[in-house]
Amino acid sequence: MTNGWVDIKNADVILAMGGNPAENHPVGFKWFMEAKRNRNARLVVVDPRFTRTAAVADLYSPIRAGTDIAYLLGIIRYALENKRYHEDYVKLHTNAPLLVNPAFTFNDGLFSGFDPAKGEYAKDTWAYQLGGSFAKTDPTLQDPQCVFQLLKKHVERYTPEMVEKICGVPKETFLKVAEVVTSTGNPERAGTITYALGWTQHSTAVQIIRTGAMLQLLLGNVGRPGGGVNAFRGHSNIQGATDTAGTFEILPGYLKTPTGPWQSLKEYLDANTPKPLEAASMNYWQNTPKFMVSLLKAAYGKAATKENDFGYSWLPKVDGNYSWMYIFDDMYRGDTTRAGGKEPGPEALITFGMNPVGLGPNSKKMVAALAKQKWMVVVENVETETSIFWKAPKEYEGPPPSQVQTEVFLLPAADFAEKDGTFTNSARWLQWKWKALDPPGQAKADQEILARIFLAVRDLYQKEGGALPEQVTSVSWDYTSPASPDLGDVLKEMSGKALAEVHDPNDKTKVHTAGQQLDGFGQLMDDGTTMCGNWLHSGVYTEAGNNAQRRNNADPTGLGMFHNWAFSWPANRRIMYNRASADAEGKPWDAKRPGITWNGEKWVGDVPDMKPDAPPGTYGAFIMIPEGVARLYAPTFNDGPFPEHYEAVEAAVVNPLHPGVTSNPAFKKFTSDKDVYGTKEDFPIVCTTYRLTEHFHYWTQHQHQGLLNELQPGFFVEIPEGLAREKGIENGSKVKVTSARGQIQGVAMVTRRLYPLKVDGKEMWQIGFPIHWGFAGDPGHTGPLANMLTPSAMDPNTWTPEYKAFLVKLEKA
Amino acid sequence: MTTQNLEIRRSSASLWGEKTGMRHLPVVSKFIDTTTCIGCKACEVACQEWNDLEAVPTRQTGNYQTMPELDAEFWNLIRFNERDFDGGVVWLMRKDQCMHCEDPGCLAACPAPGAIVQYENGIVDVNPEACIGCGFCATGCPFNVPKFHAKTGKMAKCTLCVDRVTSGLEPACIKACPTGCLQFGTKDDMVALGHARVEQLKGNGFANAVLYDPPGVGGTGVVTVLGHGDHPEWYGLPADPHVPVGVRFWKSVLRPLGVVAMIGAVLGAIGHFMYQGPKEPRARDGEPPPPPGA
Amino acid sequence: MQRRTFLKATALGGGVALGFDVSRAEAEMRALKIARTTETRSICPYCAVSCGVIIHTLGDKSKNVKPAVVHVEGDPDHPISRGSLCPKGATLRDDITHKNRLLHPKVRRPGSDHWEDISWDDAVSQIARHIKDTRDRTFVAKNAKGQVVNRTPGIAMIGGCTDTNEFNYLQWKVVTALGVPYRDTQARV
Repeated sequence: MTNGWVDIKNADVILAMGGNPAENHPVGFKWFMEAKRNRNARLVVVDPRFTRTAAVADLYSPIRAGTDIAYLLGIIRYALENKRYHEDYVKLHTNAPLLVNPAFTFNDGLFSGFDPAKGEYAKDTWAYQLGGSFAKTDPTLQDPQCVFQLLKKHVERYTPEMVEKICGVPKETFLKVAEVVTSTGNPERAGTITYALGWTQHSTAVQIIRTGAMLQLLLGNVGRPGGGVNAFRGHSNIQGATDTAGTFEILPGYLKTPTGPWQSLKEYLDANTPKPLEAASMNYWQNTPKFMVSLLKAAYGKAATKENDFGYSWLPKVDGNYSWMYIFDDMYRGDTTRAGGKEPGPEALITFGMNPVGLGPNSKKMVAALAKQKWMVVVENVETETSIFWKAPKEYEGPPPSQVQTEVFLLPAADFAEKDGTFTNSARWLQWKWKALDPPGQAKADQEILARIFLAVRDLYQKEGGALPEQVTSVSWDYTSPASPDLGDVLKEMSGKALAEVHDPNDKTKVHTAGQQLDGFGQLMDDGTTMCGNWLHSGVYTEAGNNAQRRNNADPTGLGMFHNWAFSWPANRRIMYNRASADAEGKPWDAKRPGITWNGEKWVGDVPDMKPDAPPGTYGAFIMIPEGVARLYAPTFNDGPFPEHYEAVEAAVVNPLHPGVTSNPAFKKFTSDKDVYGTKEDFPIVCTTYRLTEHFHYWTQHQHQGLLNELQPGFFVEIPEGLAREKGIENGSKVKVTSARGQIQGVAMVTRRLYPLKVDGKEMWQIGFPIHWGFAGDPGHTGPLANMLTPSAMDPNTWTPEYKAFLVKLEKA
Repeated sequence: MTTQNLEIRRSSASLWGEKTGMRHLPVVSKFIDTTTCIGCKACEVACQEWNDLEAVPTRQTGNYQTMPELDAEFWNLIRFNERDFDGGVVWLMRKDQCMHCEDPGCLAACPAPGAIVQYENGIVDVNPEACIGCGFCATGCPFNVPKFHAKTGKMAKCTLCVDRVTSGLEPACIKACPTGCLQFGTKDDMVALGHARVEQLKGNGFANAVLYDPPGVGGTGVVTVLGHGDHPEWYGLPADPHVPVGVRFWKSVLRPLGVVAMIGAVLGAIGHFMYQGPKEPRARDGEPPPPPGA
Repeated sequence: MQRRTFLKATALGGGVALGFDVSRAEAEMRALKIARTTETRSICPYCAVSCGVIIHTLGDKSKNVKPAVVHVEGDPDHPISRGSLCPKGATLRDDITHKNRLLHPKVRRPGSDHWEDISWDDAVSQIARHIKDTRDRTFVAKNAKGQVVNRTPGIAMIGGCTDTNEFNYLQWKVVTALGVPYRDTQARV
């Protein structure tokens, strides 16, 4: 989230799209209702299903699953056509005036630079026109090569009629939505967009989200209280997991993981320290060397010296993609090609609190991949599908247990209440939780389990040697109790401390002696005199104490910022990009809802997303971007600098805009025998998957005699009334749903809440089902895995699977 | 020993409660705004959790609603209703529970002395020690609320968390409610809140919005904002609830005579047990029994 | 005649004798069950709203008490949740206390169709041996282009959705120490 949960109360219009917040974030949804009650805000819901969120909305619009880009570009076209955008904001805070290389083109569904053989884009034609090292601009927005004009041209095709044709929404409904949403394209009003997995789980996911962000930039809503682009994360700490390098491609704090070509620290830093593209760009990533060297000092402690590149060579280097679908593809295939040579795939899996058999798409492939492992460690509260994949029911088509040679360790872990430490919420708040009781039986806190295993491995390497033992033994593990690290100690290391006397570069009166906690990332050094496990978290644990434990809920601004409650990364800032909440002079667009204000000497209000004493005009509002302004045109993504409507990988229709390019051209299909894709002829119904508020993922259905199993006892399939009539399906009867990958059965829930759609002149149906059940769980509350049917398809930027739009057929069981 | 906590205004089959007249407590009320209810069911389980009630076996029958009716272990239930409206669909959710009537039909119908009481603050409560499980209270209730608990042989229903309210806390369902569609306070405040919300809704296209506080039972300790006030039945609410005539007759005519009524009640209760056994929970709309282990 | 006087008169006139209760009704309410529990502030482990919860445990944390969770309720001071919870948060007691929690380390041997109990010490040392064997066997010091890459493609490590930040950081250190490139988390899926 760019903004916070409570900040939603400041919105005049809320567009909930690609998410069902009433279902999945009911308590955060409180602030939607506060906006409705207290500001008479309008809640607009665009969703394939009439959801619990839609039930309390002011305006609901159906949409065919996966066509969000067409819908949003339609709204953008409406805003541009009818001058319902915030012109001063667009000129000041976006790249609308920047000029793009004339070689950039878009024809028949493809941007310039596409290589059909590789299925990839070369991005060089997408660059800006440079004058010296900076991009050229036209502040009047008239130059045909400026971003603004190119955008106008690009969205010209997305007329209300085209939106109706692609999305299946009546033109009149779409126009009502467009009118309400664009009513915030001015300084007086503010609007927010909230989304979740309904946007992220598509083969066009990043471009959908970008379209939402572009719309918010045109309306002048980014950086403002009551505005923003707000992703609602679905778990208590996947925000923290992402911030802390839970994924292969990043190190803590979103520093890039080293790759083969970056052999030395210098090569790494040269490649990853960007140059500014505008004179007024602060280009905050210029501090990459400070962040990286401080991270290496945290990782390797005394072993990291200037002479050995602070241990850089020990960091594993990646070549290519090691994300979710590649892990299990390479595991299934047994080997893979990296940097032009063959390498083994994983023969073992260690999983802490993760259930890949339930979570991954194409369940049969998951089971088959795990059956090829030599060993596996599962650390869990309960016996998950993953831990018992070797006895999966026969419809998963795994080998019988006698033929599964995998040794599986299942280790009992503590529950949340049985350990302390911090979770980071969707609004980036790190909040400490206190331990209430000991784990049951022999269960242990996960940090103890991990530490014991690591120390045992380290012992083996110290005693026996082996492959590059220094990689194992050089990592610092300098905790008071190494076998069960105190999480307060760990948080101190993440926040950062001085290793020698350190002078604050901006305030010479601030001096930290060796061993003292630093105040923030502004004090990090690139010479090895500071260490910091995650620069984004810097300041969470200072000499004043553990700021994640702060519990002062005073709200002097009345805007719901709560600066003295817990700690919000970065730098305790509550609204990201808040410089954009003010105009060129530093005056808030709306005096009643100020983000930050220039008072003549400094910025006041929220913690400024700006150098605190830099007068307006010194730097652009978007300090992390080399342009210094926000991107309506982004020459960085793998599938195009502008969003474009593409059908899902399993396409329900031929793309009405460019029949020759139906699905995202930058997506590459997987090719193993388990990766099969269906066609609209065999599987004519659009299907989507989702969660219910009464359950949590593949977790709560394990609760024996649990109240949640009472509220939602089992799997069901939501079916529109018209389709049920066509197929003779009664409410409550059994149905079969089949995709190219498998078949599942469930209870039919026949409903009027799934509207019939007219797509490209043809009647079309959508169905859906929740994800929560599987073959592990409390007896009586097991069921089919939704992912039995989902495809091996994903977004080409984030590699997140396409769970939200695929093709099926439906029959009476 | 009697409690010092709350004075009793009325008590079933009794001539008076223990009202001393010394203490004057404000009448409390729940407030339900169906137009901001998302049917999340937090109230359903917050109630079970607070009151230490067991999970009721259920099964999926093609509906989001947890079970067809209230249960002795399940004291509040969100009723889900889909209706066609204005060219689209509306999905209505209303929290159903004891309405804590100002003029409680259950209390009037109850033959067991002190088994149903109305405290000075308006809360209507079942006293399990005095309850004989005859089920008469259910026949007196125009909202079909009290349920027979087979294990204890007593009637059970929402207590309005009288234990919490007496200790200065709000009821468990109210506290849990994520959207604030449930609120708690004095009846006067909740009615004022309701009228203000109804006015706002009328300005937002809900021309028929009303605050449901039916006079036929003297008003309720649960006031409900209905967006479609012209269709209370869409929410599973009676349009004009009254205490049944038979119960009213027993209360207003027979009871002051004492004798006849009391004997009749006792005989009635005995007869009910002898010929029908304890009252069973309502059949679940013809559902087959739940699967074992559920 | 006032109603009260009338009722009194009726009662005195024979109510008692006729079996009609005239004593003051007893109404002993249920005692507040959390009146003397220990309260611990925590954060709900489900979604990323991160509601404040108060975990009520039996006893006052004195030496001779084994705390058990008797109730979980929202933290009214929490600025986002303000005491409210969704149905999952409201039933967190079930999550902590339910009977399907794992209580003992187990191992399933190759080809077997059942779990066996194993001690923590044995589990840790056998896992450590597996890690070292796989790492030593699959370690790639240089890629096909001759660049130093120091990675262990034989092991994949995935982390969960309810791991603390501190655990995530420790896990990153272990991933780095073992050279594991195959690394992902719930955030992807």
